[in-house]
Amino acid sequence: MQVPAPFEYERATSVQHALELLRARGPDARLLAGGHSLLPMMKLRLAAPEFLIDIDPLAGELGYIREQDGELRVGAMTRHRALLESDAVARHATIITDAERVIADPVVRNRGTIGGALCQADPAEDLSAVCAALEATVVVRGADGDRVLTMPEFHRGPYETAVGDAEMLIEVRIPLHPVAGSAYEKVERRVGDWAVAAAGAAVRLHAGVITRAGIALTAVGAGVTSGAAEQALAGQPPSEATFAAAAELAARDCSPTTDQRGSVEYKRHLARELTLRALRTATARALRGDA
Amino acid sequence: MSTVQPSPTVGYGSMRRKEDPRFVRGQGRYIDDLKLPGMLHGAVLRSPLAHARIISIDTAAAAAHPKVKAVITGADLAGLGLAWMPTMSQDTQAVLATDKVRFQGQEVAFVVAEDRYSARDALELIDVEYEELPVVIDARKALDADAPIIRDDKEGQTSNHIFDWEAGDSEETDRVFAAADVVVARDIIYPRCHPAPLETCGAVAQMDPVMGKLTLWTTTQAPHAHRTVYALVAGLPEHKIRIIPGDIGGGFGNKVPVYPGYVCAIVGSILTGKPVKWMEDRSENLLSTGFARDYIMHGEIAATSDGTITGLRVTTTADHGAFNATAQPTKYPAGFFHIFSGSYDLQAAHCKVTGVYTNKAPGGVAYRCSFRVTEAVYLVERMVDALALELKLDPAQLRLKNFIRPEQFPYQCKTGWTYDSGEYERAMRLAMEIAGYDDLRREQAEKRARGELMGIGIAFFTETVGAGPRKDMDILGLAMNDGADLRVHPTGKAVLGISAMSQGQGHETTFAQIVSEELGIPSADIEVVNGDTDRTPYGLGTYGSRSTPVSGAATALVARKVRERARLIAAGMLEASPDDLEWERGRWFVKGDPEQGSTIQEIAMAAHGAGDLPEGVEGMLEDTCVYNPPNLTFPFGAYICVVDIDPGTAKVVVRRFVAVDDCGVRINPMIVEGQIHGGLAEGVGIALMELIAFDEQGNCLGGSFMDYLIPTALEVPEWELGATVTPSPHHPIGAKGVGESPTVGSPPAIVNAIIDALHDSHGVDHIDMPCTPGRVWDAMQGRAEPPQ
Repeated sequence: MQVPAPFEYERATSVQHALELLRARGPDARLLAGGHSLLPMMKLRLAAPEFLIDIDPLAGELGYIREQDGELRVGAMTRHRALLESDAVARHATIITDAERVIADPVVRNRGTIGGALCQADPAEDLSAVCAALEATVVVRGADGDRVLTMPEFHRGPYETAVGDAEMLIEVRIPLHPVAGSAYEKVERRVGDWAVAAAGAAVRLHAGVITRAGIALTAVGAGVTSGAAEQALAGQPPSEATFAAAAELAARDCSPTTDQRGSVEYKRHLARELTLRALRTATARALRGDA
Repeated sequence: MSTVQPSPTVGYGSMRRKEDPRFVRGQGRYIDDLKLPGMLHGAVLRSPLAHARIISIDTAAAAAHPKVKAVITGADLAGLGLAWMPTMSQDTQAVLATDKVRFQGQEVAFVVAEDRYSARDALELIDVEYEELPVVIDARKALDADAPIIRDDKEGQTSNHIFDWEAGDSEETDRVFAAADVVVARDIIYPRCHPAPLETCGAVAQMDPVMGKLTLWTTTQAPHAHRTVYALVAGLPEHKIRIIPGDIGGGFGNKVPVYPGYVCAIVGSILTGKPVKWMEDRSENLLSTGFARDYIMHGEIAATSDGTITGLRVTTTADHGAFNATAQPTKYPAGFFHIFSGSYDLQAAHCKVTGVYTNKAPGGVAYRCSFRVTEAVYLVERMVDALALELKLDPAQLRLKNFIRPEQFPYQCKTGWTYDSGEYERAMRLAMEIAGYDDLRREQAEKRARGELMGIGIAFFTETVGAGPRKDMDILGLAMNDGADLRVHPTGKAVLGISAMSQGQGHETTFAQIVSEELGIPSADIEVVNGDTDRTPYGLGTYGSRSTPVSGAATALVARKVRERARLIAAGMLEASPDDLEWERGRWFVKGDPEQGSTIQEIAMAAHGAGDLPEGVEGMLEDTCVYNPPNLTFPFGAYICVVDIDPGTAKVVVRRFVAVDDCGVRINPMIVEGQIHGGLAEGVGIALMELIAFDEQGNCLGGSFMDYLIPTALEVPEWELGATVTPSPHHPIGAKGVGESPTVGSPPAIVNAIIDALHDSHGVDHIDMPCTPGRVWDAMQGRAEPPQ
C-alpha cells in the first residue's frame, strides 16, 4: 500500500470557510475536491501538501447544473457523473457528454469534479479543452470578490491556472446559442487511460454559415484554443474541405512530444484526424438542432 | 459454455467453486489481512538509479525517528552473512545492496517501524551517496566491448554474458535450410511485461524466541521450495520453519521467486523479537519483482515452394536483468524454449539462446507460462504466418498441411521432447467451424474493397507442461515431484493435503473432485489443504501448469491406494475375499450379488471402529503418495482472432476470439473455461498494451498502473470457446495442464490478425507488441519500431 507523507486536514463547511483557511495557511495549503488527482500524487509522494482543505462538504453548495441568463452554469463541485447524466448538458453542450463518457472510469467519475479537473490543469485532462472550445468562462472567488475569466485567461499551461493562493474556482459558465453543435473525439490506449490525443469542436451556425467555431486539443501541447483553425472556419459554409483545412491548421499549431502513448508524428496525425471528426459531428449536430 | 451443476456433486463435471463464497464476499484471508499482536511494519528503500556505486549510507536520522525500531543496510546483513542470497538459476542476488546498485528499484535498506506510515517516512531520512555508472539497458548491446560490467561482484565475470544454450541439430538444420526452396526470416521481440497480480508480494515474519521457530506467512506459489531456500540461506533448521501462504490474490509466476523483502522481514523479526510485516506497494511490485519475457529473437523458417515446412532455426538474446533470478529447471537456462518447433512435423530445428545481464530488474519468471513456452509459441506462430505471406498461402491451410498427424504420437520432436498425444487437425477444424472461417474471409474481402481494415489471425500452439520427471529436471537440485496425503475420517469425510498452491485456480474444488471421482465421496465432504508446510506433503508448488499434471496425478493415485485399502476392510465386513469384490463409485460389493456391499462411508467407520479388521490390515483409512511424472503433458489448441482497425486512428478492436483448447480430460469444465477466459484477457493485454519500458538512463517507465496498462472487460470480446479431448496416455486420469494455454496462444493470434489486416493495404509484414494505436500507426506508415 502506498502511503502519503504527514499532512494536516480540515473540512471546509462553506466557500467562505474554505477561503479563510486558504488565507490563513498560505501557499502550503491545497484544496481537496474529488481527490482523484491529488491523492494518487500524495500516495506516490510526488505531492506533499502540508495542509489539506477538504471541500467535499461543499458538493451541495457548489454542485449544480442550471440554465440562467443565456448560460449553462455548472458549480465547481459538480461531479463528472452528474455532467455525464445531465439532460441539459447533453442538449446544450454535447461535447461535455462526449468527453465525460471517456474520462477515466465510473469510480473516478463518481467522485471527481469539474472544478478539480480544471484547476489541476493536467495537460492530458479533457475538460479544459472542452470548456475552451465552448468559450466558457469561469468564476474565481477570493477575499476581494469574484473574477470572471475566459479560458485563455484562466488556463496558463500544464498544472498552472490563474487561481491565486487564496482563491477558489466557484463556477463554470457556458454560453448558449440557438443553432450550435459540439463534439469531442479522443484516442486512448485503453479505456480509462489518459488521452493519447483528443480534439473538441463547438460550432455555431447562422444562415448556412459557421459564425464561430471553437477548436481545442488535449495532450498535444497545443494552446488553450487552436486560434488559426478557428479563424479558418469563421464565416465559411460547413464543408469537408473547410474542415480539412481547419484540421490541418490545428495539427500544425500543436507541439506534441514522443512518449509511451505515441510518436510526435502519430499525435500530430491524431490532432488532424480527431479535429476533422469532431467538426463533422459537431456540425451534424448543429444542423439536426441537436445543439 | 458448460452447464454448471449445483453443489454438492460427486465426481467430475462443472460445479461452483468451493472457495468462491469467501472470495466473492471479501472474506479471503490474504497476507495484508494478517494482524498479529505487537506487529511491526517494514519498508524498503530502493535505488533511484539503474547503475551506481554506493559511496555511503547514513541511517542516523532514520534510526532516530521516534517510531523506528530498526534500520538494516547491506553492511548489516553482510555481518550476518545474508547480504546475498542464491537465486533459482545458480546465481546470486543482493538482498540489500552492499557495493553497487544494479537496477532502478533495487533494495538498499530496510526500516522497521511501529506503523507503515512511519516506516515510509523514515525511508526519506536515509541519506545514500551514489556515484553514477554507465548503464546497459539494451540487451543487444550488453556484450559490446565497451559495455560496463554489471556483475563485477562475481569472480571471473569479465562481461555481461550469462549463458549460451542450444537445442536441436545445428548441422542438420543448416543442411535442411540449404536445400529449401524458400527461407523467410523475421526479427521478433517478445517485450518485457509483468505478471502484475492484484495482490502484491509481501510477508509477515514471526520468529518465536521461545520455540525457536520461524513462521512466515507469505505470498508464495512454492511454499516447500521456499522453506528449503530459507533453511539454506539463513541457516535456520528446516523443521523450525513453517510457511503459510494463506489465500493468494493471483501469482502468474510472480510469486515463485524469493524476494529480498521476505528475507528482510525475517531478519527484522529476529532483530526486534516482534512479528514484522512487509507488503510491497504496486510500484514496488512492477519495478522490482519478477518480470516476464524480454526475448529478442531472430527466426528463420525453411519450406518447399508448395508449403511443406522443413526447418526452423532461431537465435535469441535473453535479457535476464541484473541478477539471473529466473525460476526454471536447472538444466534448462532458457526454460522449455526448445518447444519452439511447435505443432509441426519438421525435418530439423535448432535454437541458440544467449542470456545477458542488463541494468534492469531481475526475473524472467514464467508469467502464466511453462518456462519460456510462451516465447517459443509466439516465435513459431509468427514465423508460420510470415511463411504464409511469402508463399501467398492461407495461414489455416498452411498449418493443416504441416501438423504432426495423430498416428505419429508419441511424437519425438527434433529438439528432444516426446509429445504425448494430439489430434491437431480436429481442433483446428473445430475452431474454423466455430469462427465461420470461410465467411470471415469473404467478409474481409468485401471490407478491403471498401477500404476497411479487418484481420483474421490464427495461432496453433503445443505446450509442454507438468514439470517434471526427476531424471530430466530439478530446481535447486530438488526433484519436481509432488505428494498427496489423504485421510478419510470415521464419518466418511476426508482431508486431502497437496503440494500444489492455489493462487485462484480453484484447487479446493478441482482436487476434491478428483478424490470424489475415485472414492465416490461428495466433493463437499472433502477438504483440500494446500500451502501450509506443516500440514501438506513436500512438493514444488504451482506454476508452469503443473498442478493437475503432477499434484492431480498424486491425488488420483493416493485416492486409489485408499480405495484398495477400503477393499480389504470391506472384504472383512462382507465376509468375502477381496478378489470377489467389485467397485462402483462409492462402494465395494460382492460380484454377482450387488445387494451385498459396503459404502465408503461405512467402510471408513469400520476402519476406525473397535471391531476386528481382517488379518494384516491396519486400522484407519488413509495413505500418502508421491508422483514422479514419466513425461510432461502436451496440451494444445487452435485460436482464431478477428480484429478491426480504425484506418484513421490505428486503434485495434478485438472483435471476436475463438479458442479451442484440448487439455485432455477436464475435471471441472467450468473452471477450465474460467482459466481460459482469464488467460485470453491477459493475452489481449500483452498483445495490445502491456510493456515494461525503460529510458536510456534505465528509469523504468512502467512503474504504475497509469503507465503499465492491464486490460479491462471493455477491451475483450465475448470469448467463443470450444473443446476437444485427447487424453494424456500416461497421466492417471488423462488430464493435461491448461492454466497457461490461453496466455501462450492468444498473443500470436492477435498479432497475426493485425498484420493480416494491414498487409494488403499498407504492406505491413511485421509488428512487435504491444500493438498500441501509436505503434500500429507507425507500422502503417512503414516505420515500425521495436518497443523500448
